[in-house]
Amino acid sequence: MIREKKLKRIITFSNTTDAMAFEDYCRIHEVPGRLIPVPGEIAAGCGMCWMAPMEEAGPAEELCRGGYPHEGMFEIMLY
Amino acid sequence: MIYLDNAATTLHKPESVIEAVCDALRTMGNSSRGTHEASLNTARTVFGTREKLAGFFGVSGPNNVIFTQNATEALNIAIRGLVPEGSHVITTECEHNSVLRPLYLLEREKGVELSLLKADPAGNIDPEEIETLIRDNTSLIVTTHASNLTGNMVDVKRIAEIARAHGIRYVVDASQTAGSKHIDLSETGIDAVCFTGHKGMMGPQGTGGLVLREDIGIRPFKVGGTGVQSYLRTQPEDLPVRLEAGTLNGHGIAGLGAAVDFIESTGREVIDERERSLMMRFYEGVRNIPGVKVYGDYSGDRAAITALNVGDVDSGQISDILSFEYGIATRPGAHCAPLMHKALGTEAQGAVRFSFSYFNTEEEIDAAVNAVREIAERI
Repeated sequence: MIREKKLKRIITFSNTTDAMAFEDYCRIHEVPGRLIPVPGEIAAGCGMCWMAPMEEAGPAEELCRGGYPHEGMFEIMLY
Repeated sequence: MIYLDNAATTLHKPESVIEAVCDALRTMGNSSRGTHEASLNTARTVFGTREKLAGFFGVSGPNNVIFTQNATEALNIAIRGLVPEGSHVITTECEHNSVLRPLYLLEREKGVELSLLKADPAGNIDPEEIETLIRDNTSLIVTTHASNLTGNMVDVKRIAEIARAHGIRYVVDASQTAGSKHIDLSETGIDAVCFTGHKGMMGPQGTGGLVLREDIGIRPFKVGGTGVQSYLRTQPEDLPVRLEAGTLNGHGIAGLGAAVDFIESTGREVIDERERSLMMRFYEGVRNIPGVKVYGDYSGDRAAITALNVGDVDSGQISDILSFEYGIATRPGAHCAPLMHKALGTEAQGAVRFSFSYFNTEEEIDAAVNAVREIAERI
């Protein structure tokens, strides 16, 4: 079966510690999503970012708007 | 064996530390080098340990905790990264070579000038004398928290006050105190603390850290892979990666995290009280033995270390008799503290250092006292 790309919410961080802190908070508060490698459309190279399906991304977006340390928010088509 | 060389490395580790390291060796990938579960598990452990240490040393967050392989590496990062060419640094005669040699190197390579705070015959320094040494170009004060030879404490709180009043950075070497003495950077104003994981912290060798009150602009001397911003030609600016090039010792950091948990659940005050009680039992037992000379000041708070000599016998001979005939492990010689030995007049003889752990027992202390008495009687 061919996989289809879907729109995903991507949240990036300026360093790994911030990414881990974000994951830790989301785990405790049951915020949907998980850490994945930063997509090449956003930045070439290494690093990790938070990914959530758009339909479940609300809580993570709220967290960012509330000032939780992050670098940027993106909408990207991903497999 | 009765192990009384805990100022070099604590031999008895909490079972939880051993389990954490063994578990890590079986399960951990490379932290911050991917998002598969083995890598993420390591990243989570590293992050969790950073958070614990940030709380442990009273700094604002996990980014202020830089992992190193020991206190020496942390001190090298801090000293080499903070001292500009041609500036002036103040330190003390109580220091270990992990402070002195990086400074001597800067003297030779960068024209840095060095002032040494003198120790008195008991091995104490007077922090107020620092005021007399400060110059317009003083960039750094760096001192130990406790001498690794005498166990005498340095009043780091007072030195931090002086440093702040003059706008000078202050770095503390907590190799002999982290794990048993309370060190809070936010409370004291100390800019950076360097610690090792394998001594009083009761963690594995190859772990340690540089803990910063805030980002004080330390420049890295080691650059390389960070797992982030890989196409940059320069080291990323963010902490902690700016100062953490290369794969971290994730397995060791797992053990260090478990060690912090053990210390926190036991209580630093409880550990300190236990270690000092054992030290005082030993001190009281040996100090009046004819021919035994004990060094250091026992009038106030101190690290759990007792250094002594027997007559004029070389300290290596005494330490060897203790080891070979009594099964007691101590450390003779210079202890990488050349200026402290000069100040005490023990440069040639060295000293036999007994250092105590939370896990030592009264029976072990009494056996060590008896061994010193017997050796003193027949030499």
